[in-house]
Amino acid sequence: MRSAARRPKVRVGRFGFRVHPRVVLANTGLVAVGFGLLVASLCYGTYTNLSVSQVLGALFGVGPDDAHLVVRELRLPRALTAVLVGVAFALAGALFQAVTRNPLASPDLIGISAGAGAGAVSTILFGGVTAAGAATYGAVPLGALLGALLTAGLIYVFAYRGGTVTGYRFVLVGLAAHGALVALTRWMLAKAHIDQASRAMVWLTGSLNGRDYTHVKWVGLALLVLVPPVLLLGRAYQLLQFDEDTARGLGVRVGPVRIVLLGIATCLAAVAAASAGLVGFIALGAPQIARRLTGRAEIPLLASALTGAVLMLAADLIGRTLFSPTEIPVGVVTGAVGAPYLMWLLARTNRAGRGG
Amino acid sequence: MPAPPAPRRAARNGLVVLALAAVLIVAVFASFAIGAKNVPLSDVFAALTGSRDGDAVVVRELRMPRTMLGLLVGVALGVAGAVTQEITRNPLGDPGIIGVGAGGAFGVAAAIGMFGWTASYQYVWAAFAMGAAAGLLAYIVGGAGSGGATPAKLALAGAAVTALLDAFTNALVLLDVSTLDQYRSWAVGSLAGRDPELAWQLLPFVLVGLAIALLLSGSLNALALGDDLAKSLGTPVRRTRALGALAVILLTGAAVAAAGPITFVGLVIPHIVRSLTGPDARWLIPCSGLAGGALMLGADVIGRVVARPAELEVGVVTAFIGAPFLIAMVKRGRLRERAA
Repeated sequence: MRSAARRPKVRVGRFGFRVHPRVVLANTGLVAVGFGLLVASLCYGTYTNLSVSQVLGALFGVGPDDAHLVVRELRLPRALTAVLVGVAFALAGALFQAVTRNPLASPDLIGISAGAGAGAVSTILFGGVTAAGAATYGAVPLGALLGALLTAGLIYVFAYRGGTVTGYRFVLVGLAAHGALVALTRWMLAKAHIDQASRAMVWLTGSLNGRDYTHVKWVGLALLVLVPPVLLLGRAYQLLQFDEDTARGLGVRVGPVRIVLLGIATCLAAVAAASAGLVGFIALGAPQIARRLTGRAEIPLLASALTGAVLMLAADLIGRTLFSPTEIPVGVVTGAVGAPYLMWLLARTNRAGRGG
Repeated sequence: MPAPPAPRRAARNGLVVLALAAVLIVAVFASFAIGAKNVPLSDVFAALTGSRDGDAVVVRELRMPRTMLGLLVGVALGVAGAVTQEITRNPLGDPGIIGVGAGGAFGVAAAIGMFGWTASYQYVWAAFAMGAAAGLLAYIVGGAGSGGATPAKLALAGAAVTALLDAFTNALVLLDVSTLDQYRSWAVGSLAGRDPELAWQLLPFVLVGLAIALLLSGSLNALALGDDLAKSLGTPVRRTRALGALAVILLTGAAVAAAGPITFVGLVIPHIVRSLTGPDARWLIPCSGLAGGALMLGADVIGRVVARPAELEVGVVTAFIGAPFLIAMVKRGRLRERAA
């Protein structure tokens, strides 16, 4: 490790952090790319492509009505949902991976997403949700949320021992839950009516189609509630990634902190899945990509969140425009674009240990 | 716990082999006899000796090929799981971890959706080829760079390959409803309605995979000590890991092609067996094969009984046997974190 003493240090009250030029550079770059993608998401789309000035006009209430409708009622809520869901998935992944110290511990693989999937698919099946009944479709996010939280509760109960949940047990029990729930979901899909199966398949893939301000509001509220405690526990978060004994020695109450952080990660993943479906790869890939972009040993929270937003925006933009007017669900694109990027990063890296 | 002296250990493990073989034979006969229509054991023996009267036809025409296939899948998954856990030095190593399952699923979806190969004898080969290709890709990506295929990189590369292929699979089944309709019945994981010749066709691949795994078991023991120590003992670490991955790819590819995605057999079986035989790979690998076959056949028989006259797919049964078992093992502290 290079000497940390030469880095400029910033202090605000009891919060202090060192400024690493590469981290600042990476975060600035991510913000710039994210903003560019946000603007592009408002400009390009199925019905009509707008110029930046038309978009700005529509945002501030001047200009023609149809542009106003397209930008403010269709594209803006969808793009904002993409940003918020991306942030939520990425933060959930970062927290899970950091607290369990396992790069594979993303909600995609340790039961949380599978719980949401089983909840949503059973809602679609038993609630009689059909392609035509958009009204009943509103129950699906609730089913997903319930499924994810119930599953997480079960995982906690089974992984709890001696006053805490160790990361390792959490991952193992999560893996067991994941396997069982995926098998259950596949079985339900196989037995369902084909219309409902294809409806469920869209949800399982993850899509932002038709997302409106309701989604923005709920995911935004969830982030407002869930992110501040993470920031308050920032120091503990960093110490937990290295070594439990060190963290304990420096005064971190490891047991409770771990439970709180895992709980927050669960809620973030559940909310994100409930609003956009099981968009894969963001929770797994964003923290790993962010780590390599910032060149740090620990998983950076801010850069992970920004990477998640950028990945979601880019994936949705590609999905909407590549084969326009046919739309590819965002969950297809996140995997198809993000996974090769992570593979490239993995193959290129020359560092051993900690997952490269 | 001090290890028992070598001769006693060998005698004890010999008994374990005999016991597992006995369980496997019982499972084979149960699979011949039990089903939508139960066949008395006397008729099963008659069928085995060549009779073609009455119920013997059911046994010969339907249950024997199906049992053979289940045996093949179970043995392959059990051994593949043991090898995966040795080469990734990770007790969570599931043979699916290096992307073979996702590759097989993509192969099936592509065969149906892009080429219109809707018969199972057509798409099993697509599943096998794509499963093997996916495993190879994960191994190459995870093995690039100066560190070689470290366990964590291998696992991460497998997860990335899985994410990529799942995306393609989802796209294919979303584009076309009839593809989804065929794909979903494969994705449950079942031994029912397979081509009777299938087991024979996949047998060579499984035999080669088994042979590699068995020949490699001594080197895998050295690998368990850590890469550095293994190297200093003269074990070719990279070659051992690469050959191990090849065995896993062949075995898992054949299993996925034959039965679809079957979870937990490859993950749980080596843990059960390890608690009986100890960590020696020379015992662990063959015993995992016997136990895997027995579990697969047992689960298939349970699936035929619980939902009579219909049947519950074996993929669902193994998941719901495997998950509680894994959780119970965690609860009892049987799975300890091993230093990576």
